[in-house]
Amino acid sequence: MTEAVRVSGLTKRFGDFTAVDRVSFAVSEGEIFGFLGPNGAGKTTTIKMLTGLLEPTAGSATVAGLDVRRHRAAIKSRIGYMSQLFSLYLDLTVEENIELFAGLYGVRGARLTKRREWVLEMAALGRQRKQLTAELPLGWKQRLALGCAVLHEPPILFLDEPTSGVDPVARREFWDLIGRLSEEGTTVFVSTHYMEEAEYCHRLALMHGGRIIAMDSPGALKASMEEPLFEIATDDAARAVEALRVSQGILEASMYGREVHAVVADEKWGREHLPVLLTRAGLECRSLRSIAPSLEDVFVSRVRRAGAQE
Amino acid sequence: MAVSVVRVRHLVRKELKQLLRDPRSRPILFVLPLVQLVLFGYAVNTDVRHIRTAALDHDGTSASRELLEAFAASGYFDIVERPQRPSDIVRSLDRGRVMLGIEIPVGFARDLDAGRGVSIQLLVDGSDSNTATVAGGYALGVVTAFTIQRSGEAGAASRGLVLDARAWFNPSFESRMYNVPAVIGALLMLICLLLTSFSVVREREIGTLDQLRVSPITSTELILGKTIPVMWVGVLDLALITVIATTWFSVPLRGSLVVLAAGGFLFILCGLSIGLLISTVSRTQQEAFLTMYMVFLPALIFSGFFFPIESMPSIFQWISYANPMRYFLEIVRALFLKGAGLAELYPQFAVLAAMAVTGIGLAIRRFERSVA
Repeated sequence: MTEAVRVSGLTKRFGDFTAVDRVSFAVSEGEIFGFLGPNGAGKTTTIKMLTGLLEPTAGSATVAGLDVRRHRAAIKSRIGYMSQLFSLYLDLTVEENIELFAGLYGVRGARLTKRREWVLEMAALGRQRKQLTAELPLGWKQRLALGCAVLHEPPILFLDEPTSGVDPVARREFWDLIGRLSEEGTTVFVSTHYMEEAEYCHRLALMHGGRIIAMDSPGALKASMEEPLFEIATDDAARAVEALRVSQGILEASMYGREVHAVVADEKWGREHLPVLLTRAGLECRSLRSIAPSLEDVFVSRVRRAGAQE
Repeated sequence: MAVSVVRVRHLVRKELKQLLRDPRSRPILFVLPLVQLVLFGYAVNTDVRHIRTAALDHDGTSASRELLEAFAASGYFDIVERPQRPSDIVRSLDRGRVMLGIEIPVGFARDLDAGRGVSIQLLVDGSDSNTATVAGGYALGVVTAFTIQRSGEAGAASRGLVLDARAWFNPSFESRMYNVPAVIGALLMLICLLLTSFSVVREREIGTLDQLRVSPITSTELILGKTIPVMWVGVLDLALITVIATTWFSVPLRGSLVVLAAGGFLFILCGLSIGLLISTVSRTQQEAFLTMYMVFLPALIFSGFFFPIESMPSIFQWISYANPMRYFLEIVRALFLKGAGLAELYPQFAVLAAMAVTGIGLAIRRFERSVA
């Protein structure tokens, strides 16, 4: 399979602050590649360097086989971009936004008609075409923004936290659209801080502090977590986490809804000692079971391991 | 670099739609110039008329009454108080009830008839130095005319030297003739700055600028797309203001309309390139607003709009050479009142043209750097 994006040693420094630190990875054509990490992990900065919005400090990157430093202009017509800010013109109508971006990308004539209808159908905005964009709900605006980003049928699509601030149903619909684009052959490069969204990606890079701390498919990432994980039901989850964090032998404890997730080095040890530790802290251990890790557990565990290595 | 006409046209269309839809920018386009022109046309009036005057006539003869009537009949003086004591004049001046006091001494008519020298006292409120100077001048004129008339009546030959001054271009010294053309300059500058100062920084704030920058559009195309719509608005406003100035305010346009349009066009380019520069260096809209304000005010002051440049300290005169409004005001004033053409105005045109080209070039360069 050919590579849509190849990045090696990519670095961006703003003064003393290193936003992206020697990042390397490759994305295959047609893949949905996800960047998962908290705000400030360097996801947006990396995407901005790949789309030509920021100049890299060091390292190299190619997009569609073209060098981001030397072939900026040529890359522009081969990529689509949608940022976390909703960035269409609110004082233009749905159709006017589509026609403006089509015009900027040189989509016109019969192709314009075809693409406009395709976008309106895909974003389910056919009846809103004459409406001012400002009047649309946020989820609809995001679909329109996605539509405008793919008007010129770019082989590679960059989405920077495209669903931030959107409700779960709209988010689900949005990911259906991304899946559809990917099936049609578009490479999708997407960043998110929603763990459940990361599950839709073919491959994930976990970003933390400007670095990639793990990279694999969601399934493989979860399988790679060696330490056993327990889910504990207790009467006071917050106090339980506090108590477990300072206890010997507990690698990680965090709240997960009303339950507590605890990572230990050895399953047998955990089954014996966890209830004891809780009782000692004056808490009740209602149930204790070993569970498969979620992406969030993997992320937390990888951050801990990356921290330990430093 | 090749400029894509199609892309520029799409941007221009988008900018025009936004300008006409935005309830904040719509009034700026055509209502603001009208209101400002009328306000300035009437309010920026340095004519001195109807000076409130207190007259104290100790003589009480027909001659002294004639002199006071001559003051009143001139139209420059309104005799609003007739005090009895000199101290009353001083009090009225102190309280600002009058601007001028005239005191005619006892024996005025007698001495005049006898051909002896006679003096009357004029007290002027000097706190408004401009009006005081002008009022003193008018008073002298009234007194001179009165003297000549009296000596003519008496059959005596006019003695001494008489100054017969005639003002060209604006014979009755109407300040409006001088100010209304200048308002055109100030207004065009203001409109250009208002419409361009925010145009880039607003898109930067809402994120649409990045969306444009990942598209194949170049910096030159983007700046052109921002420039052309404002240029159109500016040219339309110039036409609108010129029509109002010549019809409503009856300011004569003695020069060529083509020369006015050409000068206006260059000046508009200067104005909007300054606005675009402000917009590309500002990070927020507030910053852009403050910068615009800091640019517009000096541009107005050092243009000769309110105060003549010749009477400024030389350092400020030097500063004014960098001010496009200075040259445009010279052009419009000469064009409207004197009927000057390119033959007289080519230096100003050359400077404006150079400034326009440099300004647009700088805006494009600055924009490229600000987004790199």
